Amino acid sequence: MNHPLSLAAVVLVCLTTLAVGGLGLRLSRRTSDFYVAGRTVSPRLNASAIGGEYLSAASFLGVAGLVYGAGVDMLWLPVGYTLGYLVLLVMVAAPMRRSGAYTLPDFAEARLGSRAIRLVSSVLVVAIGWLYLVPQFQGASLTLTLVTGAPSWVGGFVVMVVIAAAVGAGGMRSITFVQAVQYWVKLTALAVPAFVLLLLWFRDGHPAPVVPPDWNVPLTPTGPGDHPTYRTASTVLALCLGTMGLPHVLVRYYTNPDGVGARRTTVTVIALLGTFYLLPPVYGMLGRVAFPVLPEGVRSDSVVLRLPGDLVGGLGGDLLTAMLAGGAFAAFLSTASGLAMSVTGVLDQEVLRPRLARFTGGDAPGVRGFRYAAVAAVVIPYVLSRVTEPLGVATTVGLAFAVAAATFAPLIILGVWWRRLSTTGAMAGLLVGGVATTASLGTTMARDDLGGWPAALLANPALWAVPLAFAVAVVVSLATPGRIPASTTRTLVRLHTPERVRLARSRIRD
Amino acid sequence: MSTSPSPPERVRVTSSRRGAVPHRARPAAREIDEQTELGDVYLDGLMRAQLRLSVAILALMVVGLAALPVVLALVPATRSTTLFGIPFPWVVLGVAVYPAAWVLARWYTRQSERIESDFAEVVDEP
Repeated sequence: MNHPLSLAAVVLVCLTTLAVGGLGLRLSRRTSDFYVAGRTVSPRLNASAIGGEYLSAASFLGVAGLVYGAGVDMLWLPVGYTLGYLVLLVMVAAPMRRSGAYTLPDFAEARLGSRAIRLVSSVLVVAIGWLYLVPQFQGASLTLTLVTGAPSWVGGFVVMVVIAAAVGAGGMRSITFVQAVQYWVKLTALAVPAFVLLLLWFRDGHPAPVVPPDWNVPLTPTGPGDHPTYRTASTVLALCLGTMGLPHVLVRYYTNPDGVGARRTTVTVIALLGTFYLLPPVYGMLGRVAFPVLPEGVRSDSVVLRLPGDLVGGLGGDLLTAMLAGGAFAAFLSTASGLAMSVTGVLDQEVLRPRLARFTGGDAPGVRGFRYAAVAAVVIPYVLSRVTEPLGVATTVGLAFAVAAATFAPLIILGVWWRRLSTTGAMAGLLVGGVATTASLGTTMARDDLGGWPAALLANPALWAVPLAFAVAVVVSLATPGRIPASTTRTLVRLHTPERVRLARSRIRD
Repeated sequence: MSTSPSPPERVRVTSSRRGAVPHRARPAAREIDEQTELGDVYLDGLMRAQLRLSVAILALMVVGLAALPVVLALVPATRSTTLFGIPFPWVVLGVAVYPAAWVLARWYTRQSERIESDFAEVVDEP
């Protein structure tokens, strides 16, 4: 298509990321700078950063592609992505900040006092992080191939190198700035072409979109044996509860100055996400105007990028495409860097730092282990993205949400609100939720000959797996009252008591 | 009768409360900090108030989400109604949800901050 302009936009976004990351390099000195930006991020900056981090390739390209294909029913996805923050706000935002932990495994260990739970949580963080990183790399490859004709390995490779550099350089402090900038880059890059395209569409006498039947009616079956109500309810539940269980989302809560700040941040995040999600349906609708049928072998994920070339053409079309390509790259970079950040944190703490300390007798500076971990955190999912067949970008992301909803959501919610959660119960819930979701998603991917209810239940396991995980955690906890951690009350005091109440013993210093 | 009866031995009479800690010198915050039974009662009260608020918000959210399919099923005319030229389901799922979520979030934040400031006032008083 239009090589030079789009290439320039992508290069510009990558350079900005590295430059702002480099700024963090000069500011990051302490360990807490690397992990949680020194915990001094203001609600407004933090909300932009969360928005920037959260709006991934799935939101930037995937939602519009799905709306193009299946219509209004796919709007449940952005609704779920946004309501996930409402659930997070009312259930865990302030307590999570007050827990004083750096990562999800830190929280699990502090609350339940068990190394085993820490280990299982760490494995889950890495697994969910990588599951979420794979579609980001695939989306990057798709975009770069489409707009510049580069070979398909290049896009993901560029993203991998840039985020490894940005995370390794400045850790959380630099990532916070990078992501705050990228929210606004993404919003502008999606909004400006949308307005121009809408304007042109009106000028042409707004021709009606050519839509398949039921495109405008929610909860309609996509084929025989489809159960739209179950599918939708399960997806929305997975998104609502999965958000709090995504490692790159929760780690941002530790960067707020206090619990009240964490709540205010979340309110702003909901406003920012709501603003952004007004745009993808516009592309879905205009896509229906421009391409009644997609050519053979074209993925619907690419509808956003193909629209300007088709509707505008010429230099204007090239400019808008370049803008969208740059915005898409900002989406891959910011989400991937947030994910890489949390996976890096876990790999560093669990695997590398203990090893490095043993080899060097504690001589190696802590930052070096962090940087090795950053490389490992991105190389492995990049390799995975090359060897696995791409599903739709939003579909793969949905899998990560389902696993997070059935594992971390019960652990966190019960951990924050229920005194009688025992170590054994929490572990049982984690394992049952994790095994149930990964097994059913694995079965779905391996076998496509299932029909009717078995297929529906396995493809969208959240609606049964999440209650199951909760129930197992509760029943096992009630059966093992002796395994309730002795520190439970102290932890709950810390999680729920407002910061202004002076607690000499229960509070831990940041 | 020559010897006058010896006067009863003097007894020192003091207020029984002299060595006692004056009332309310111990703020409830310390009870909570030291995890006494009284502190547990305070903590339970705080957690229950917060959880009740959270569950109320979640219930509103679920009712709001479920309302759309219910309305579409009960009043089939709404499926083809348009607002400003946009079909009704698109207006609800594509636009109206977001301000509604924001209003709920803001309301929650205000209420939970109020619960916390009431709590802090009670327990921090010496």
